[in-house]
Amino acid sequence: MSAVLEVKDLQIAFGGVKAVDGLSFSAHEREIIAVIGPNGAGKTSAFNCITGFYRPTSGSVRIKGVDTTGKRPADIAAAGVTRTFQNLRLFPDLTVLDNVRAGMHLYGGQNWADAIFHTPRFKRSEAMYTEEAHHWLDFVGFEGARGVPVRNLSYGQQKRVEIARALARKAELLLLDEPAAGLNYSEKQQLLVLCRRIRDLGTSIVLIEHDMVLVMELFERIIVMDFGREIAAGTPAEVEADPAVIEAYLGKDDTAVLGNGDA
Amino acid sequence: MTQLLWDGLFVGSFYALIALGYSMVYGIIKLLNFAHGDVYMLGAFIGFALLSSMGGIPASLSLGALLIVLLVSMLITGTAGVLIERLAYRPLRGAPRLAVLITAVGVSFSLEYGIAAIAGPNPRAYPIRLEGGVFQVLGARVSLPQIVLMLIAAALMVALNFYIQKTSTGRAMRSIALDANASLLMGINVNAVITRTFFIGSALAGAAGVMAGAYYGKIDFLMGFIIGLKAFTAAVIGGIGNIKGAMLGGLVLGFVEAFGSEWFGGEWRDVFAFAVLILFLTLRPTGILGERVTERM
Amino acid sequence: MSENVDTTQAPLKIGPPRSRLSRLLESRQLGVVALGAACLAPFVTATPYALNVMTTAAIFVMLASGLNIVVGYCGLLDLGYIAFMAVGAYTAGIISKSFELPLIFTIPAVLVMTVLAGLIIGAPTLRLRSDYLAIVTLGFGEITRITANNLSITGGPSGIFGIPGLLKIGGLDVEEPAVLYYVTVLVVAGFVLASARLGKSRLGRAWRFVREDEDAAEAMGIHTYKVKLLAYIFGAIWGGLGGVLFAAHLSAVSPQSFIFLQSALVLMAVVLGGMGNMRGVVIGALVISLLPELLREFASNRYLAFGLLLVIVMVFRPQGFWPARGYERERATLEAGAAAVPTEKRR
Repeated sequence: MSAVLEVKDLQIAFGGVKAVDGLSFSAHEREIIAVIGPNGAGKTSAFNCITGFYRPTSGSVRIKGVDTTGKRPADIAAAGVTRTFQNLRLFPDLTVLDNVRAGMHLYGGQNWADAIFHTPRFKRSEAMYTEEAHHWLDFVGFEGARGVPVRNLSYGQQKRVEIARALARKAELLLLDEPAAGLNYSEKQQLLVLCRRIRDLGTSIVLIEHDMVLVMELFERIIVMDFGREIAAGTPAEVEADPAVIEAYLGKDDTAVLGNGDA
Repeated sequence: MTQLLWDGLFVGSFYALIALGYSMVYGIIKLLNFAHGDVYMLGAFIGFALLSSMGGIPASLSLGALLIVLLVSMLITGTAGVLIERLAYRPLRGAPRLAVLITAVGVSFSLEYGIAAIAGPNPRAYPIRLEGGVFQVLGARVSLPQIVLMLIAAALMVALNFYIQKTSTGRAMRSIALDANASLLMGINVNAVITRTFFIGSALAGAAGVMAGAYYGKIDFLMGFIIGLKAFTAAVIGGIGNIKGAMLGGLVLGFVEAFGSEWFGGEWRDVFAFAVLILFLTLRPTGILGERVTERM
Repeated sequence: MSENVDTTQAPLKIGPPRSRLSRLLESRQLGVVALGAACLAPFVTATPYALNVMTTAAIFVMLASGLNIVVGYCGLLDLGYIAFMAVGAYTAGIISKSFELPLIFTIPAVLVMTVLAGLIIGAPTLRLRSDYLAIVTLGFGEITRITANNLSITGGPSGIFGIPGLLKIGGLDVEEPAVLYYVTVLVVAGFVLASARLGKSRLGRAWRFVREDEDAAEAMGIHTYKVKLLAYIFGAIWGGLGGVLFAAHLSAVSPQSFIFLQSALVLMAVVLGGMGNMRGVVIGALVISLLPELLREFASNRYLAFGLLLVIVMVFRPQGFWPARGYERERATLEAGAAAVPTEKRR
């Protein structure tokens, strides 16, 4: 299987702090990978490097084989990545439909002249926008009014809209930054089902998650990060047993700290 | 050449005094107080009103009268600044940046045309005009009033620096500039500090206004407009949010203008100043001394 | 979070228009009604003074619609917008007077110059955060005015006068006040419609995305810099062509017409009218340009009133008197033939 995403030796530092310190991993077609790790491990920073919001100090990112390191976010998005944000960045005063339409910007098929003169191409394009926006909202299971500003919606509904917007990009790679944050257990289950349906459409997913129980229960491949690099990877069983992972989350054995040798 | 340097230094001290208010307010609430230049104008007019009401002043007492009027004017403009903050900016603390900027434009307009309504749209002559000995120093024509005013400006700036570095309010200002939420959590009364910042910044601008009126002899309701832009330029050159930067930026701008006027002609002076602003914002937006800006996603 | 997010939790009007007045104001026919009123106005009063005021008001509407693209749609606070009008007016004036051409033939040159101006002003400023952008655009406005004041080609402080009219065909002289008025109204109506249509298109949405959250917009593949520059360029073109009308109307241009006060007044029209809502902006522009004429006694204090009004509106109703209604009918725009999908479809 070809790699949709290839990250090699990614590094970024802020002042003296190395947020990402030599991270390497790949995502292949139709894979769902969970990236976990304690707070401050560098997960979101890695996402930001991949999507172009941070400029890595060294290392490389390749998307569908094309080197996208250091490119601007819009170009990287066009290369086939789409994402959601940790703190939900929708366009608050715009309608639900308009938010989803944002994802479709790149294949709009109309220019300013079409808009001013209301050409048939414009009308077709607008109809396409509306129809597809509805399609993606249906796909994520969004219920509720779609012609109202998103800021009036519940948190769970807003999260769905953000995913619908990301999906409307029709990219091969979807990065979800803590999509389950703030959701209850049944909502998290629904999220997982949604992820599998997205995968079945042909999109690979890499997501950041904190909920260990969920992750161990439901994911096929896990990468554990700490101090900006990968400390373990593999299936849930492998990762669970890995001493490095245990140390990262729970700390070293007390006896070791008192000088009785390494754990 | 030294004449240019001296002229630049003199004008630069005015810019520095006004730029300080800009920088301090920006540092603490990240707002470019568009109306700040008009506070300078307000100071000039308040000084005018006070001096006019004092009747005829013999020339020998003019400096003393000026100093008293300066202090009173500073108090009043400081208070005006506090009022503006409470009425126009504080209600918009969480609002989009655009809304606050537009409000500042509205405040600026209100001040300008409010004064125009009260004092008339025509320029007014200042009741006292500083006259004094003129010396030749190193090839430059230096006048006593210039020296006196610069000393006053310098004294104010030294006092401000002391305040910022040594007092608890000054420390609070610096900490709020770095992290407002953390400061709040540490028990700092952020609102009170912001109020004091506006007071000080506005008072300094008011002082500059009175001094400008006394030196140049003429004031009008739009005098704050261009000065405000120049002060902003000075703040950017030095590094916005940075107190020493504002002082440095003021002086640098003064020099730049002096040389620019010399080379291109006086009528291009403002264009030259703006060109410098745009150059800095494009090539070195953090200014000479730099501004600390970190952005996390 | 993006700096343009409103965290004050102000209540937002949602849902379809309810009252009769709201429905009337939101209907498509409003534009036609307004245009009709504008056409009939000279029959109410056609004194040279009245026509003068009405033509000026129409030109002001055009400027406001152009600035609405920059500030209202895209959220770029341009405090020096009048510079674009100056570029257009001076270009038209200089060329038409030097070559003794009717103004209408200067339009291609005006377009080139205003687009250039938009690029020159946009290039350094659009990367700046909004506060800096505001002051720098103001600086550019002043630079333009001072330059026009200093150069001899622009006629220095006196400016250029004796500018030929727009057009003379056969017996029709567009310089005649009534004819000029109608031509102006038609042109302005066309541009207002064009800017409204732009607002409801892919580009218009892109402008709004950039305004609401630049980073999220970038993540969706939108080149925010290019989008902002396009907003500037459209705004510049609207302003420049407004300048041509201005030159035709006054037959003279001078630096005094392009002081900051003018930029501020156009901005007030956009802000008070409801940023992003073209109809509101038109009404705001009409109010700001016509009200002082109707209330002459208060003329000297009108700017003070405007300034205070701006502060009051921003503090109590920051979305303007008639904000862009964040609402659309859900299934309204499907083409005939596409299957109608029920609202609560479950998978």
